[in-house]
Amino acid sequence: MSALPLRPPRRRTLAQRDARTGIALMSPTLIIVLAVVVVPLLWSILIAFQQLKLLEIGTANPFRSLTLANFERVFASGGLWASLGTTLIYTAGSVLLSIGIGLLAAMAVRRPFRGRNFVRAAFLLPYVAPVVAVTFVWRTMLNPQFGIVNEVGQSTFGWADPIPFLSEAQRTVEFLGAQFPIPTALLTAIAFEGWRYFPFAFLFLMARLEALSAESEEAALVDGASPLQTFRYIILPQLMPVIALLAVLRTIWTFNEFDDIFLLTGGAAGTGVASVRVYEFLTVQRNVGAAAAQSLVLAVVLVLMLAVYLYLMRRRGERL
Amino acid sequence: MSAPTTPGTQTSSVPAPRPPEVQRVRGSRRHEIERRSLRILRWVVIIGLLIVTLLPFYYMVLLSLRPIEALLRNPSSLIIPPAEFTLSSYQQVLTSTAAGGQGFGRFIANSALVAVSAVIISLIVAVPGAYAIARLPFFGHRQVNALFLAAYLFPAIVMAIPLFVLFTRVGLRGSLVGLVLVYIAQTVPVAIYMLRNYLDTVPVAVEEAGLVDGLTRIGVLRRISLPLVMPSIMATGLFIFMIAWNEFLFALLFLVERRESWTVSLGLSQLSGSAEIPTTVLMAGSVVLTLPILILFFSTERLLTGGLTAGAEKG
Repeated sequence: MSALPLRPPRRRTLAQRDARTGIALMSPTLIIVLAVVVVPLLWSILIAFQQLKLLEIGTANPFRSLTLANFERVFASGGLWASLGTTLIYTAGSVLLSIGIGLLAAMAVRRPFRGRNFVRAAFLLPYVAPVVAVTFVWRTMLNPQFGIVNEVGQSTFGWADPIPFLSEAQRTVEFLGAQFPIPTALLTAIAFEGWRYFPFAFLFLMARLEALSAESEEAALVDGASPLQTFRYIILPQLMPVIALLAVLRTIWTFNEFDDIFLLTGGAAGTGVASVRVYEFLTVQRNVGAAAAQSLVLAVVLVLMLAVYLYLMRRRGERL
Repeated sequence: MSAPTTPGTQTSSVPAPRPPEVQRVRGSRRHEIERRSLRILRWVVIIGLLIVTLLPFYYMVLLSLRPIEALLRNPSSLIIPPAEFTLSSYQQVLTSTAAGGQGFGRFIANSALVAVSAVIISLIVAVPGAYAIARLPFFGHRQVNALFLAAYLFPAIVMAIPLFVLFTRVGLRGSLVGLVLVYIAQTVPVAIYMLRNYLDTVPVAVEEAGLVDGLTRIGVLRRISLPLVMPSIMATGLFIFMIAWNEFLFALLFLVERRESWTVSLGLSQLSGSAEIPTTVLMAGSVVLTLPILILFFSTERLLTGGLTAGAEKG
């Protein structure tokens, strides 16, 4: 495949032959990614500027006239900003929570103890298990009629009524005499994200912790630093690059998360994030153009975040 | 609690806060308080997180083994009295709809078919691609690599609309073939990323020795590099299997109208909205959906997690 040049007079160097082989080996992957990722993406941009209903997609001419109507529709009625706002709170809360728990977990299992492997494995469960199964278990556990959380809450913690965790948009909580509005369902969804994705942060942070050299910590100990000071001034700074990377990755993925919210609440009760809106444009309003326009808005935000990610990678000296 | 003891003096009783000048001394009171509270806190964190991560799965299994009447009578019970133990939920969820069940047997077959096809085809495509990226300096190398990374990070919801339209037009929507195609595109970039990290661990000198001995590049890949990273390729394959088996959005968009083509994930999500099917039966469905993944994951855990986080050590 590689060694037979068509014209005999010049023998190719190894580097040249390698380059040809490289392209040959690369092509199938490249073709698939171009065909099923890049081309559809470009087409999606086109659709966002066309009037296209769900019923017409089998027959419509791909190059029909262009219009801005979809964007007017997407931006109109404040729905976009409300959903982007919800998405932002949901993303920020989920990312902070998952990385925070992941850091706690990684520090807790850092030193060896009996059963460490079991604990590690158990911590990975939420991330590995199928999303449909875990959301269903959460929904059942939080169910106001027979869910175990409300049952225990009422019998043990003296809740007056069951809390509809996933169907209540807001409740008022009294604390120290003041009243605070709490977005119940959104907070529950954030808690779910923290639960489901802390193993991801946990994995990365553990890998980094294992690679830290013991010397600087020993030096800090000799200098009289307390354990918390050692963590604050020696360990945490060395973890910061990984935490930044995790924050960007998790932000990118959470911002566009669809499955979790859709399966938990269906986007109801104040959890209508932007990706659920894309789905609703497509299936409820049957307006493919508007769905594409909404997803394009998401994609633009995403590209901005990707740029940050690539910048961080470059700064770490990662090979691209 | 068997936490390893840290060096330092063992003082009893809870001491009062100390003036600042004492804090700098090694083994001072403050250090001792911190050390002790951290030791306790550490176990609080471990046990707390263990409960939080394990309880939902325990609850899943528990409900799948109890009859629905028992659940409604006593919702907060965390044990199964022997008299209540039953496998009827599994029987009902697995038998076909024709026989009065929920037809999860069929869904399992669909999911397995889709996932296994995705694994095989993705690997066939991704292994040479990953080798090219890891070792061969072809033109456009960096750009191709960046493209794959972007494709890996690009979320499904953005891809969903155009793929929905495209596959409707070419008549692949509603077929498992179309789903396999989407899963390949979704998994090839991450497979390349993982495989590249593994292939990087093969020493260049070993490959050069092969080249010197007259092997072509393809020969080197086939006879030297692949055997060396075979376990890692298996791990990548299992990871692809997990992604395909767990996937929900595209299954929903492509297959929702055709019950005979549903995957397990789609079947469970569709049926969990219906009021007629008892929760216990659906819990049995959840166990059926979850169990294969957990078995696969924990049999290959070390390899998988190593591949995913490779590079994180560098900081």
